[in-house]
Amino acid sequence: MAIEDDVLVIGGGLAGATAALTAVEEGVQVRLVTYKQSTLRHASGLIDILGYTPGGDGPIVDPFEALSALPEGHPYERVGTEAVRDALSFFDEIAGDAYAGGHTASNALVPTHGGTVKPTARYPVSTAAGLATVPKDTLLVGFETLTDFDAPLAASHLEAAGAPFEARGVTVAFPGIVRDDAKINRYAHLLDHEETVQAGAGETSAREALAATVDANLEDESRVGFPAILGDEHSDEVRADLEDALGVDVFEVPMGPPSLPGMRLEDLLYDALSDAGVRVTSGVPVIDYESDGDGAIDHVVVDRHGQEVPYRAEQYVLATGGLVGKGVRSERDRVFEPVFDCHVPHAAERYDWFVEDVFGEQPYARFGLVPDRELRPLDEDDEPEFSNLRAAGGVLGGYDYAAEKSGAGVSLATGYVAGGRAGTEASR
Amino acid sequence: MAHDTEVLVLGGGSTGCGIARDLAMRGLEVTLVERGNLTDGTTGRMHGLLHSGGRYAVSDQASATECIEENKILRDIAGHCVEMTGGLFVQRPEDPDDYFQEKLEGCRECKIPARALSGREAREVEPYLAKDVKRAIQVPDGAIDPFRLCVANAIDAERHGARVETHAEVVDLLRDGDDIYGVKVRHDSGPGKRTHKTPGTTEEITADYVVNATGAWAGQIGAMADLDVEVRPSKGVMTIMNVRQVDTVVNRCRPKGDADIVVPHETTAILGTTDEEVEDPDDYPEEGWEVDMMIDTLSELVPILEKARTIRSFWGVRPLYEPPGRGTKDPTDITRDFFLLDHEERDDVAGMSSIVGGKFTTYRAMAEQISDHVCEQLGVTASCATAEESLPGSENLEVLEEGMDDFGLRSPIARRSKQRLGSRSPEVLETDEANPVICQCEGVTRAEVCDAISQSGSDLNAVRIRTRASMGNCQGGFCCQNMASELHPEYDEETTREALDELFQERWKGERHALWGEQLSQAMLNYALHATTMNRDNDPASAAEPVDYGAFDTGVR
Repeated sequence: MAIEDDVLVIGGGLAGATAALTAVEEGVQVRLVTYKQSTLRHASGLIDILGYTPGGDGPIVDPFEALSALPEGHPYERVGTEAVRDALSFFDEIAGDAYAGGHTASNALVPTHGGTVKPTARYPVSTAAGLATVPKDTLLVGFETLTDFDAPLAASHLEAAGAPFEARGVTVAFPGIVRDDAKINRYAHLLDHEETVQAGAGETSAREALAATVDANLEDESRVGFPAILGDEHSDEVRADLEDALGVDVFEVPMGPPSLPGMRLEDLLYDALSDAGVRVTSGVPVIDYESDGDGAIDHVVVDRHGQEVPYRAEQYVLATGGLVGKGVRSERDRVFEPVFDCHVPHAAERYDWFVEDVFGEQPYARFGLVPDRELRPLDEDDEPEFSNLRAAGGVLGGYDYAAEKSGAGVSLATGYVAGGRAGTEASR
Repeated sequence: MAHDTEVLVLGGGSTGCGIARDLAMRGLEVTLVERGNLTDGTTGRMHGLLHSGGRYAVSDQASATECIEENKILRDIAGHCVEMTGGLFVQRPEDPDDYFQEKLEGCRECKIPARALSGREAREVEPYLAKDVKRAIQVPDGAIDPFRLCVANAIDAERHGARVETHAEVVDLLRDGDDIYGVKVRHDSGPGKRTHKTPGTTEEITADYVVNATGAWAGQIGAMADLDVEVRPSKGVMTIMNVRQVDTVVNRCRPKGDADIVVPHETTAILGTTDEEVEDPDDYPEEGWEVDMMIDTLSELVPILEKARTIRSFWGVRPLYEPPGRGTKDPTDITRDFFLLDHEERDDVAGMSSIVGGKFTTYRAMAEQISDHVCEQLGVTASCATAEESLPGSENLEVLEEGMDDFGLRSPIARRSKQRLGSRSPEVLETDEANPVICQCEGVTRAEVCDAISQSGSDLNAVRIRTRASMGNCQGGFCCQNMASELHPEYDEETTREALDELFQERWKGERHALWGEQLSQAMLNYALHATTMNRDNDPASAAEPVDYGAFDTGVR
């Protein structure tokens, strides 16, 4: 017996979750299947729309203004500027108080953990006090056991980047961290759970101990930035307590993997999926499909712990990610999409997949499916591969999200459009 | 006439560093100059095989004998650079029986311990060998870290008073009539530590005697004094796998051929190689078909290589040489012997000898013979001690193993750190400072990175070769930035940023030859981390135009 739904979304990242949340608004039954942990844990948690043009101009102040100039075939061009605006509003509703930046169409400039700045449209509320556009002197605090963030170097780099404030960095020991190789979650856990730690004279809570350590280093800066480890489930509370104790604004600098802001965003999305009644089946891969012989997908086959189970729906959304998420894969002589074998344009010669400058215009960064304006993946002859399959997010090609800083925006906009269309079709 | 130094050695590869150590230990005043990093030429671009001699047991028995003798010596004096993996010469059904027999007998004639194994026995040693492998010969091949070995020689030379100058390119030989009396070097700009001279400046270094140990580049050096040194550079590709598919060195047992060896190396296995003559040792094509041939041909011996993950490929250039008049067409037929060209005897130009040919395993013996020659020229009678004196890091390794705790590191990391550092472990790892892991793939800690920085300055590629940091699966995607951070605040932000950019680009250079499957996904992740999360591709600090911060969202509603 097949599992039956109206819409089946394959992939549990930002694009998949957005597609499922949009589809379910049409009053249909939606299921989302995911295999591995989503790549959100690799991501900074920032919501970038467009920071640079495909030609490299930027940083862009107003991303929406720049969208209309994008070349044909770019995912944003496929869905249109209005859909990008609508998708972002949709995200703002889901995110509620957890994200900021919705009061203006302009990009913000956020300090990165390397000490440069990057343009982004929405930022976690934990990052809001740290915007590099705000001319407030800043103390950055790093921890001697946390190697991904060197606060004095980042501060010096921010100044070299022309940030309009004085930045200073200090490196301190994190109270309660006894192992040199403690995981990121350990830092967050100590603060989340107010664990008791040894500090100077005696025992105190981790938050108090951290505040005292930082206070001793604080001069006349009016804000303090930490690497993004300030709690997980109770991060608002942790930050508020530190602000109270220090009497200054406190913010987090987004980090690389494993990224707590990325994981918090994931939690937020899965709470929303649960609230909206989307059925989520996780930890299982889609390994095959059957077509109905008439150009549509009849069902897909899911490997549920060694057992092959058919999942059937009216409409399907493919949101399995790009090369990183493995929604696009490659071998020595080909690039392919592994679930439906949808067409992925690429040069036949492997040595044409890259250029020599590591940050040059990398062809491999643009690998992915070519969709029509309804986001149906197209075959080599520009015909839809299947009448009831749409694709969203990183699995789409024709754009370089890393260079453009457009990854989250494309996932939101295409997830929103693909999910919306799938929901509408399925409700007919 | 006063000279800056008694002996000037050109070239910081295994031969040059070996000569510098040998002569310095004999009490001579030595200066070594190297165009790039130590090991920048051929030494840093090889598969790191410690020959048993088995490879030459049929074609060149003198070399084979020399190899097994040096193999034993290096195990003694450089234990922390050597892993005695053992080796197999594997015969496939289509490979000639006669040759197998000749190889076995040749090994015995050269006193190389060798034992014939049946196909089944060979697969017991190496389970991933192809099912139809017919027989194998077991020999004491090993793996050796050429970086570690070369650096240990240089460190010891310095301890004996030598000056070792990297990033100093020879731009001219100083010649007065029929006498070569030194060189002019240009100190390079870039991120490296310049303890002696300022980048961009030139320096004349005069010497009683000059040794040209620049390998494949020896012809270019010779030409500066109108001397013909006819090296025949020959390129070879090596492909690095992300894990060790084999734990012993696996050679193909047939007369000759490309793609016939797999060398397990630390966490990786290295596939090699090709042999193709090139015009210019600095400029030759690096082509995809060469990588494909490594995988396809060696998969005949070890089938899982076909589907395994490669992390990068690199090419090296052999400094082949043959005496004039032999006219060998195929570079694989050119002897691997080394030649000492005394330019006084040969060209009537005094004051310099060139060393050409040779192979890594016998670098020490070569250095000994050359140093003997230099001493003879200078009328010095001191004798060689390099076969007895352990290299820094390899003194009393057994005692160390017993008596040492693990410096508060998790045991796999501690074990690997100790393997890399050998007897230098306590000096490097005993620290009161926090010592977190900087490179997760290779388990390299902050203390090791800082130790390497103290040796080599802000040149992160030099830090890399000393520690292996950034040489694992992620090819630096996750750790390049953390390595660079360790430079600050000793080096300023701009120097740190340039050093990071340089290392990141260098890692990409080899990785792009492995861009399919898992490694292409890794490359995209690396790119995303550095470009998306950190915006390093559009860093305002490196941009021509300042950013108008005021035009952007200030967070104020």
